[in-house]
Amino acid sequence: MIEQIFTASVFASMIRLATPYIFAALGETFGQRSGVLNLGVDGIMLMGAFFGFYAVYITGSLVLGVAAALLIGLLLGLATAFVSVTLKAEQGISGIGVYLFGLGMSELLFQRLIGTPKSVSGFPPIHIPVLSDIQFLGIGQIFFNHNLLVYVAFALVPISAFILNRTTFGLMIRAVGQNPEAADAMGINVARVRYMTVAIGGMLSGLAGASLSIALLNVFQQNLTSGLGFIAVALVYFGRWKPFGVMGGALLFSFVNALQLQVSSLNLNIPSEFAVMAPYVITIIALVFASKQTEKPTALTKPFDRGE
Amino acid sequence: MREFSLKPLWNRLLDIAPLPVALLAAFAVASLLLLALNAAPGQAFASMLQGAFGTENATAETLVKAIPILFVAIGICVAFRGGVTNIGGEGQMIMGALAGVTTALLLKDAPGFVIILASILVGFAAGALYGGLAGFLKAYFNVNEILSTIMLNQVAVQLMNYLLNGPLLDPSEAGLNHIPKTARIVESAELPRLALTVPQFVANLFGWENAELFARTRLHYGLLLAIVLAIVMYILLWRTTIGYRIRAVGQNERAARYAGLNVRRQMVLAMLLAGGFAGLAGVVQVLGLQYRLQTDGSPLGFTANAGFNGIVAALFGGLNPIGAIPASVFFGGLLVGAQKMQRDLAVPAALITAINGLIVVFVVSSQIFSKRRARRRLAAPTPPATAPAAAPAPVQEQTA
Amino acid sequence: MKTRFTLFLVVVLALVSLLPVARAQDDVFRVAAVAPSATNDLAFSQSMYDALVKIQEEMGEDQFQFDFQEGTFVVDDAAVALRDWAASGEYDLVIAHGSQYGSIIEELAPEFPEVSFAWGTDVNTFGLDNVFAYTPAADQGGFVNGAMAGFMTQSGVIGVIGPIEVGDAKLYVDGFKAGVAASNPDAQVLVTYIQSFSDVPLATEAANAHVANGADILTGTAQMVVGPIAVAKEKGLKWFGTQSSQAELAAESGVMFQIYRWEVVLRDIIAKVQEGTLGGESYTLTLANGGLVMEPGQQ
Repeated sequence: MIEQIFTASVFASMIRLATPYIFAALGETFGQRSGVLNLGVDGIMLMGAFFGFYAVYITGSLVLGVAAALLIGLLLGLATAFVSVTLKAEQGISGIGVYLFGLGMSELLFQRLIGTPKSVSGFPPIHIPVLSDIQFLGIGQIFFNHNLLVYVAFALVPISAFILNRTTFGLMIRAVGQNPEAADAMGINVARVRYMTVAIGGMLSGLAGASLSIALLNVFQQNLTSGLGFIAVALVYFGRWKPFGVMGGALLFSFVNALQLQVSSLNLNIPSEFAVMAPYVITIIALVFASKQTEKPTALTKPFDRGE
Repeated sequence: MREFSLKPLWNRLLDIAPLPVALLAAFAVASLLLLALNAAPGQAFASMLQGAFGTENATAETLVKAIPILFVAIGICVAFRGGVTNIGGEGQMIMGALAGVTTALLLKDAPGFVIILASILVGFAAGALYGGLAGFLKAYFNVNEILSTIMLNQVAVQLMNYLLNGPLLDPSEAGLNHIPKTARIVESAELPRLALTVPQFVANLFGWENAELFARTRLHYGLLLAIVLAIVMYILLWRTTIGYRIRAVGQNERAARYAGLNVRRQMVLAMLLAGGFAGLAGVVQVLGLQYRLQTDGSPLGFTANAGFNGIVAALFGGLNPIGAIPASVFFGGLLVGAQKMQRDLAVPAALITAINGLIVVFVVSSQIFSKRRARRRLAAPTPPATAPAAAPAPVQEQTA
Repeated sequence: MKTRFTLFLVVVLALVSLLPVARAQDDVFRVAAVAPSATNDLAFSQSMYDALVKIQEEMGEDQFQFDFQEGTFVVDDAAVALRDWAASGEYDLVIAHGSQYGSIIEELAPEFPEVSFAWGTDVNTFGLDNVFAYTPAADQGGFVNGAMAGFMTQSGVIGVIGPIEVGDAKLYVDGFKAGVAASNPDAQVLVTYIQSFSDVPLATEAANAHVANGADILTGTAQMVVGPIAVAKEKGLKWFGTQSSQAELAAESGVMFQIYRWEVVLRDIIAKVQEGTLGGESYTLTLANGGLVMEPGQQ
């Protein structure tokens, strides 16, 4: 019974499910560490998913697909930064606005430019030589049999941690998020740092969308993400603004989700409503037990005003 | 009797200036989209206005749409003033509706007013407990409320799906079609429709067919309840110690703690109230409008996003329950009018969603201009502070 | 802020009262329909939209016109649209295309006895003589698909991905299971309801889970099946579909599609309304009456 449920394919499914969350939540981590809450992640993801898909649909080039997703993510990230940083708009609301815009716009473009759902050949699984053949505990299947964007997502975790903790740029981000007045006094351009983090967040959100539309699902449909971006925002809090914590949250959430799908697939007679509920409940419970003092960026959601 | 001067009026006009400018800017961008879709922008916006306020029924539908948004917004005002970010309006609405409809179905033989009163109270309580849970987890287990409320929204939806497809399923649906919905509540448990009697000459003036305004529409007493409670909560927040304490925690948690306040208790209280009002939004939708609870599997089908729109309305209303009233009506009109535009011009629904997003972004961005003006004005004589830590709401101006 | 909004609203209201109201009077048969998802969903909403387009082609644009409000997941928004259409007096037939809209029709139809309403998928006309109800016997095509799948499976395992257990989705899945049981009693049918009509990522992983558990044939219903279809295509498995034709998307994986032909019902309803009968009847699309059609895929 247990072997039937905890199969290697469940863990492989966990890795796939976690990929878009990791991209989007890492991006959001950058923004939040510098003090900007971007609730519009899901909207940017949808735009990234559409543009990535459309580029591949037209040209067949995966490189162009990724580039298109990054570009639209960058543009929307900069727009978000303009609204949140320069115009100092209430971040909760402006994010909801960006979400609605992305949700509507991606669907509109899809209807006009493509029509009905189509599929493309996206990033194929890469079987990493030798490693993907490891039979022991199904390790080969679980870790070394995925498409390129999956590996990129996981590689970005240590890279992000390094940037945030070990570089001057990271120090600036944390200073701006912790105490913008002091950072400003030290000569850091608060606005510029926030523009950069929110732009990075936008690009990663775009990539998160593309990881769905041209790597994991290889289709596009209206509201393809169906609220995934909001979960990604929640996972940033779960991970306490640390890249590895964020990854842990994404993996936990995705693991329970993969598990509930496996349980449903095995016709185990658990009401599917409760199965679907499980990842959400367990994520909260996990946080209750892992409870410790948060190191929330103190200036989160607070626009910085030099008091001119 | 105040001295007559044009200055206040001029100030007032300048205060509202950014809003229409922002809307114009949003409409300008939207016009480009409409043109790209071969739709005439002028016609589109005329149809939108007409759909929102053009007829007696349109106005009523706008108000109907505004009711749940306003309930949620009132709660959001309390939560955000108390420093708690409640994204859980959707889930709390669902819990309120579930508990409320169950109560109404169980008490079906009781007198109407008993059913209504009991359902509303139970709905409030259910929403409050669900919101309070997030507050409790935040206060005592340090679980961030944005995370817990986003997750709890999904949990509530699945609970609704389960109950409506199982224990609460309408017995007449148990057969072939199996539409997940509850039985209909008894007629005596419906919130009465709200009709306004206006003097005949006023009706004549506007060319209304009768002096019973809204008599043939779906407008119900939920509107009155929401407005009354908005005023009550305004008084509670700014005129009582309970409200003062909640706001003190939101203003400066550390200072509140030094002042001897039980910060945790205030957080839980703020979330209890926020959840309760969202719960009211849910139960009032059932008692006043839908007369049963049904699900299409998503939260959207029932809540119509009121849990999120309430946040936007509350912030547009300056986190002031009374300011939330016109803000909710504005949003109700926007949403109802946009639907009309879709019908009249046969534009895709997606366009409406995108335009709504643009309007939200542009309007929220425009606030910086009114805030600057308000700040400049406040820099002069400070209004009498009700309490030391209680800075007035950024846009809470004296209307007198 | 409150004064800003109040003032603004007053201005808006003043402007609105100046707007003209358009009204058309002629012999054209006018239909208005509201549906939950988009008209290009390759599923439920598209099936109705396609039917209306077909009728328009048959009757000609000067005889038949329709307005369509798509993307109306919010039940209350459908209520506003339906009431608006009914009250306008411009439409000969008002269609509520979604089982979640039933309660609206139940409340609205008695208020507008002169307007004809049609709604589905359900059989219930609420005893009202201005309401038609329509439903597909989706279990029939489900049975056909299931029976074929039972014959074709090599592994003896078949995966099903459904939204929530409701209406024609449940009918299709139940029919499919019965079909498999009839042709291949030893075959195992794995069923996952993902509790969403739109969550493509989750539906995709549900399909992957079925495949990992040995499924070599997949089927499913609702808009989110585009994910599972892509899985079938990528892994070279067979796909059975329902509601609209997904042959193009499924390409060489598509075996058989059950297609709803609402025009069969609509033609009859339109004729009835033209004769002056506004409702009171309930229709079922079946394979026998041509309302359900099985269309082979490229497989």
